[in-house]
Amino acid sequence: MAGPMMNMGPGGRGGGRGGAGRHQRAKLPEGGKQTAWRLIKLVLSRYKWSLLVVALCIVVTSVTTLASTLFTRSLIDDYILPLQSSGNPSFGPLATALLKLGGVLAVGIVCAYLNSMLMINVSQGMLKRLRLELFEHMDQLPLRFFDSRAHGDVMSVYTNDVDTLRQSISQSLPNAFSSLITIVATLSSMVVLSWQLTLLTVAMTGVMVVVTRWLGNISARHFTAQQASLGAMNGYVEEMLTGLKVVKTFNHERRAIEEFSSLNASLRESACKANQVANVVMPVNGNLSNLIYVLCAAVGAMIALGGEGTLTVGTIVSFLTLIKNFTQPVSQISQQVNSVIMSVAGASRVFDILDQEVEEDRAACVTLVNADTTEDGTLVESESRTGRWAWKRDNGDGTFTLTPQRGEVDFAGVDFGYVAGKIVLHGIELDTEAGQKVAIVGGTGAGKTTITNLINRFYDIQQGQILYDGIDITHIYRGDLRRSLGMVLQETYLFSGTVLENLRYGRQEATLHECIAAAKLVHAHDFISRLPHGYFTRIDASGGNLSQGERQLIAIARAAVAGAPAMILDEATSSIDTRTERLIQQGMDSLMEGRSSFVIAHRLSTVRNADIIIVLERGRIIERGSHDELMALGGKYHELYSGLER
Amino acid sequence: MFKILFKQIGRFKAATALTPVFTALEVLMGVLIPYVTAWIIDRGVLGHDLGAVYRYGGLLLALAAVSTLMGVLAGRFSALASTGFGSNLREAMFRNIQTFSFTNIDKFSTSGLVTRMTTDVSNLQNAFQMLLRVSVRAPLNLVTSVLMCLFISKEVSLVFVVALAILGVSLFFIIRKTVRLFSQVFERYDDVNRVVQENVAAIRVVKAFVREEHENRKFGRAVEQLYRLFVRTERLQALNHPLMMLVVYGCIIAISWIGAHLVVGGTMTTGQLTSLFAYVMTIMMSLMMLSMIFVQLTMSAASARRIAEVLDERADIADPVEGAVAEVADGSIDFNDVSFTYNKEGSEMAISHIDLHIASGSMVGVMGPTGCGKSTLAALIARLYDASEGVVSVGGADVRRYRLETLRDAVSMVLQKNVLFSGTVLDNLRWGRDDATREECMKACDIACATEFVEQLPEGLDTHLEQGATNLSGGQRQRLCIARALLKRPQVLILDDSTSACDTATDAHIRRALAREVSGVTKVIVSQRLSSIVDADMIVVMESGRIVATGRHEELLEQCALYRETWEMQTQADPDFD
Repeated sequence: MAGPMMNMGPGGRGGGRGGAGRHQRAKLPEGGKQTAWRLIKLVLSRYKWSLLVVALCIVVTSVTTLASTLFTRSLIDDYILPLQSSGNPSFGPLATALLKLGGVLAVGIVCAYLNSMLMINVSQGMLKRLRLELFEHMDQLPLRFFDSRAHGDVMSVYTNDVDTLRQSISQSLPNAFSSLITIVATLSSMVVLSWQLTLLTVAMTGVMVVVTRWLGNISARHFTAQQASLGAMNGYVEEMLTGLKVVKTFNHERRAIEEFSSLNASLRESACKANQVANVVMPVNGNLSNLIYVLCAAVGAMIALGGEGTLTVGTIVSFLTLIKNFTQPVSQISQQVNSVIMSVAGASRVFDILDQEVEEDRAACVTLVNADTTEDGTLVESESRTGRWAWKRDNGDGTFTLTPQRGEVDFAGVDFGYVAGKIVLHGIELDTEAGQKVAIVGGTGAGKTTITNLINRFYDIQQGQILYDGIDITHIYRGDLRRSLGMVLQETYLFSGTVLENLRYGRQEATLHECIAAAKLVHAHDFISRLPHGYFTRIDASGGNLSQGERQLIAIARAAVAGAPAMILDEATSSIDTRTERLIQQGMDSLMEGRSSFVIAHRLSTVRNADIIIVLERGRIIERGSHDELMALGGKYHELYSGLER
Repeated sequence: MFKILFKQIGRFKAATALTPVFTALEVLMGVLIPYVTAWIIDRGVLGHDLGAVYRYGGLLLALAAVSTLMGVLAGRFSALASTGFGSNLREAMFRNIQTFSFTNIDKFSTSGLVTRMTTDVSNLQNAFQMLLRVSVRAPLNLVTSVLMCLFISKEVSLVFVVALAILGVSLFFIIRKTVRLFSQVFERYDDVNRVVQENVAAIRVVKAFVREEHENRKFGRAVEQLYRLFVRTERLQALNHPLMMLVVYGCIIAISWIGAHLVVGGTMTTGQLTSLFAYVMTIMMSLMMLSMIFVQLTMSAASARRIAEVLDERADIADPVEGAVAEVADGSIDFNDVSFTYNKEGSEMAISHIDLHIASGSMVGVMGPTGCGKSTLAALIARLYDASEGVVSVGGADVRRYRLETLRDAVSMVLQKNVLFSGTVLDNLRWGRDDATREECMKACDIACATEFVEQLPEGLDTHLEQGATNLSGGQRQRLCIARALLKRPQVLILDDSTSACDTATDAHIRRALAREVSGVTKVIVSQRLSSIVDADMIVVMESGRIVATGRHEELLEQCALYRETWEMQTQADPDFD
């Protein structure tokens, strides 16, 4: 396996599957042939002309390489031997022949260069397009897709699978093609030189292929075992290192080392076996080709000396040189089968994502527009941001109807489950009015976040209807629906970039002034100003330089900058301590003023002044009303509220 | 760096040493083979001597057989050596990581450590195997082939010298440039991966703000940059191939010309001429290989450096060299003018000048705003970190005078960010004490209010938990962690915000059970929620790394503004709903 050292790319970087899987001789996945064809068709359809030129170049290069080999015979038979026997040697004809050869070879070199240049464009261009398509497609996939996959698995499609394609597109495919050409060309010249020797060579090469496949199968078994132990070890390492602090507080180090050692030893054993077999392939192949060489020399000499007269010395010499040209591509192809299988497996994972169904707006006909009123009080669409919004319905006959965006959200008999057959929300009924603050309370797992996920159509409901200002939300384009709802999510995600870039995430054209105003509103301005470069400080997606509470403040400010006409706040202040929360409450209140808002919180201060409080338990609404009404009711809400005094 | 890495070859030294030896012998055979081939042609075919053909053919086959044997042996030993090296590297890293203190752990991120132990080791192991096999083969091939050429004909060898010089110089420049470009390519790769990773993690934000287009553009830019740089690098690299062809073809033409003259002049045989052609190919191939090795090694150097960093890291907390105190006398805790900073430069103190004395068996609550140093204070008791200044004592002796195992057996800590492991509930509980009986485990669960849900699990104590116990809720995980800590039968129990995911009622239950069942044990409870600590014998109020007040609940209500304010906020308006 030390053979194909020519690939110098960063393949297999950053992921277990790529790094360790390089040797793996995987079986073709289910439907592998279709996948391979699909990939080839994809490449062909986009780079038809380039590939045609590449194919031509490969043919030319192979022919010129062959010419240089064949010249050896000509050199000895046509020039040296006659020169030796002539009394007055003249090197003129040889010089001419060499010049001609030089010309042919120069063409070969140019073609080889052209070939690699074109292949770089093809393979890199292909990868670029695949990556872009993958990403664009991925962003349109429903959340279900992300729920059902580990982030690492999705990442590995970009890091490992696309990269294995690079190798097979830029190397395996053209190499296989050129090997094939070389084999055919060499074979035909061999036949011309001597059919007997050719027969011998082909028979022996057959043996070589069989031996290679046999060794390959053995090592495949060991590599599968290696992958299994590697998986076990990686899993153990990940778990133990994640829990390292616990390991240390419980004095568990020695046990961890013992368990690790035994996993590590079994990995070493299987890896060693697998590599040993794989390492045997090269010397065996090389020396089998030596064996063919000797056999041909002996048989050739026998025929030549036997006086049959069909073989000249020059012919034998040329033939012997051709043998290497023949056996090398054969062994190369049989070794490349692995990498092709690997990349087909990669391609199938890429296609798997591309084949996922995206979120579609089949029934949608309503968009969200900026609105303005004319002097006579009619609602008109506005080009610029007015701070007022309207729903614009396409009536399908070229006319449009505008209705003002008010922020009334109604649920009618809504059932929902993340997984088919497992309903988590039952018969949700909800009527809200424009500008109301709706609070949702209840224990963990009661379905609070789920309700908000349905309003912005992160998920589609199974049963019932959700109306937004009287419009069925499936009739509103998803993008417009979500633009109308400013969200602060339970888990805070920021992006690498400056604080300002993060604040502007929801509205790119927001001015610095507007961003500062929003930050001041939610009391984030103070700490942002204290950062080394203020609003221009770079932050890191994984956190690091900011505390959880600070990150949450930025996320709230981000929603404020976006300035959507309605708000959803899901545990927006859970990581902020009581005092700071108190401080930003005022800002939050003014943010929600005049806007319809949905608030999930476990602290009463954020809930108390809500117009409607909904108490959820196990996916059902069990109580609803204002704070005072619910307290008077003396039910679950009362119990939760007075829990502290007990 | 290389010294510390190569030390890990350990017991695979013999295999490591034997690989190049066998490879060398294999190469030697490989070089002899064309030479013997020349004899077959010259003395056999051209000499019209069939006997010579058989003789030399036999010799050639013998050489090929030896060469195969050597090759197979080299392959086996290199596999043994490289997988052994990889395994030793992993073992050494894992062992060293187990000695790390929390400071060391914080320095490397978990994902960083995992990558180092997996991908980086794989990279280095592959590079090592290549180094063993190819780096001997290529130069040896080169040298012996050149020698053989010299042996055959000095005149022709001159051609090689010129060709080598041209090729060598140009390869050197190309490689130097590509290696530089490749490291930039890696950085661009990181950019692309970062965008994907953030996008996948924050997909809800992207969708909520309808920023798909924006993300596509961002990704498009990163991909475009990667594309440009990669194409540039590959184009430069693509020069290698035609360059080599140019030199090889040039050599063939030159050798044909000079060789023809020599053969006609009678100073060289045709057989020798053919073997010269074979040597040309060998020499050029080995040069190409050398250049590839060089690039590969440069690329794995990054992995090597990352591994060496872990191996080089010295744990900054260790057992006392001698005179360790044998056991922890009681559960008393004393802080004498203790300060601590997470970064060594010491600019910002996490806690400063703490004086605190806790009697054995008492219950102490610690409260204060986020980032005030509560958790840091608790961590110093179990010597998860060493105080930068001052002395922390447990049981009347400086914590640095105990062996870590002694101290941490006596001080049981439930961390803020807690972890359960894959295995059964019972396995997890027995982390606290290996030989705990099922009854003892259930008893601990009773105190931690975990019995009810454990009994409802499909197989009770024997229910299998996934990694990270994702099949349990946050509150359930916290309760199991408390039970696990109780099983240690510690003298000091520290709960660092350990009931945050439990509702108020459960929290109260656990507190009462702790007070009732584990008397005599010093309990330190760190909490945001004041209801968890109102009954404490002493409450410590912290702000900005300092203690602002200590006392009982009633005293603090009178004396401490911060405490009173928080208490009022939490009781009047802020019960928790979950």
